[in-house]
Amino acid sequence: MWKKVYDWIEERLGLKALYDNLLDRPEPKGNWWNTLGSASLFLFVIQGLTGIFLTVYYTPSPDHAYDSIQYIMNGVAFGWLIRGIHHWGASLMIIIVFVHMLRVFVTASFKYPRELTWLIGIGLLLLTLGMGFTGYLLPWHQMAYWATTVGTQIAGSVPFLGDFILKALRGGPDLSALTLQRFFAAHIWLLPAALAGLIGVHLYLIIKHGESHYPSRDE
Amino acid sequence: MSGSFSRRDFIKAATALIGGVIGVALGVPAIGYLVDPALRASAKEGWVPILKLEDVPVGKLIPFSFTRVQVNGWERTSTTFGGYVLRKSEDPKDMLILNSRCTHLGCTVNWKEDAQAFICPCHDAKFSKEGAVLDGPPPRPLDRFEEFRVNEAGVIELFFKAG
Repeated sequence: MWKKVYDWIEERLGLKALYDNLLDRPEPKGNWWNTLGSASLFLFVIQGLTGIFLTVYYTPSPDHAYDSIQYIMNGVAFGWLIRGIHHWGASLMIIIVFVHMLRVFVTASFKYPRELTWLIGIGLLLLTLGMGFTGYLLPWHQMAYWATTVGTQIAGSVPFLGDFILKALRGGPDLSALTLQRFFAAHIWLLPAALAGLIGVHLYLIIKHGESHYPSRDE
Repeated sequence: MSGSFSRRDFIKAATALIGGVIGVALGVPAIGYLVDPALRASAKEGWVPILKLEDVPVGKLIPFSFTRVQVNGWERTSTTFGGYVLRKSEDPKDMLILNSRCTHLGCTVNWKEDAQAFICPCHDAKFSKEGAVLDGPPPRPLDRFEEFRVNEAGVIELFFKAG
């Protein structure tokens, strides 16, 4: 019965060829350090899912942001779990991405023909940090407010362009409703879209070149 | 083992099993999180204390008011309701509790002793002591709180229903 259903679907979708070529590919000898890329991807997916769930209740306005998060934590069933995963997952993602890059660096996996994978990986690191920076403001409590005040001020210390950058980040000279709204937009639309796009290219390159094996003594 | 269940099969089965457990452990709370507002009991109905029975002399209209707080998520909306109690005899059950919300457009009516009527300030509607329409545009008599009781402490309570 299931075989028939499977065959019917498979005949039309033809996913097996895709699976065989993309996922069932040969790997160099396994090593746990090589799983950190997948772990980063998994965390990205988890952050995406819990983030989508959080937007069901979160309201990006100075009047409601703090209260809506208090409500998620205390009022909604399992709100503490969803936000907890998002909160701790964010820190874990920064750590995992960093250790992943460290491993690529130490094993010299960034060399020919994988330079582009490495460069895109740097873009992914910066975007991940951007997610952390924009997400930090959203609870709109004192720590978030002042961290963003300081963070945007640091960006504003760039010579010549600093004042413009500060205003562009804050949506004006001061931290305001505009800042919260644009950080929210960046956090849930711009940065995730850019991340997803670059992750797609990153994965394509990994499948194209295969995973690097560890350099041997002779190399 | 004759190789019918290989190392690869074991890894596959273990991955599916652990993945399934994690999926259920996260999926069920996620659904609960989404439908949570639909599962909450409405706090709109309930017994509301209004006046002490001993403070209401027979045959005299005594005004009262109470406030209901509606909580939606993190927002609280409080609405004040008012009315008049009229005891028709010594029997605590023989009581009339009128809602002072005018049945025309919802303004608050006031009892005027000299006119012996409830007067609505908006369109000069007039209601009798028992709430019947005497004059003006209202389509029906003043609403009554039909369900009431006197509790052990001698306080009149009415059953509040939303709407």
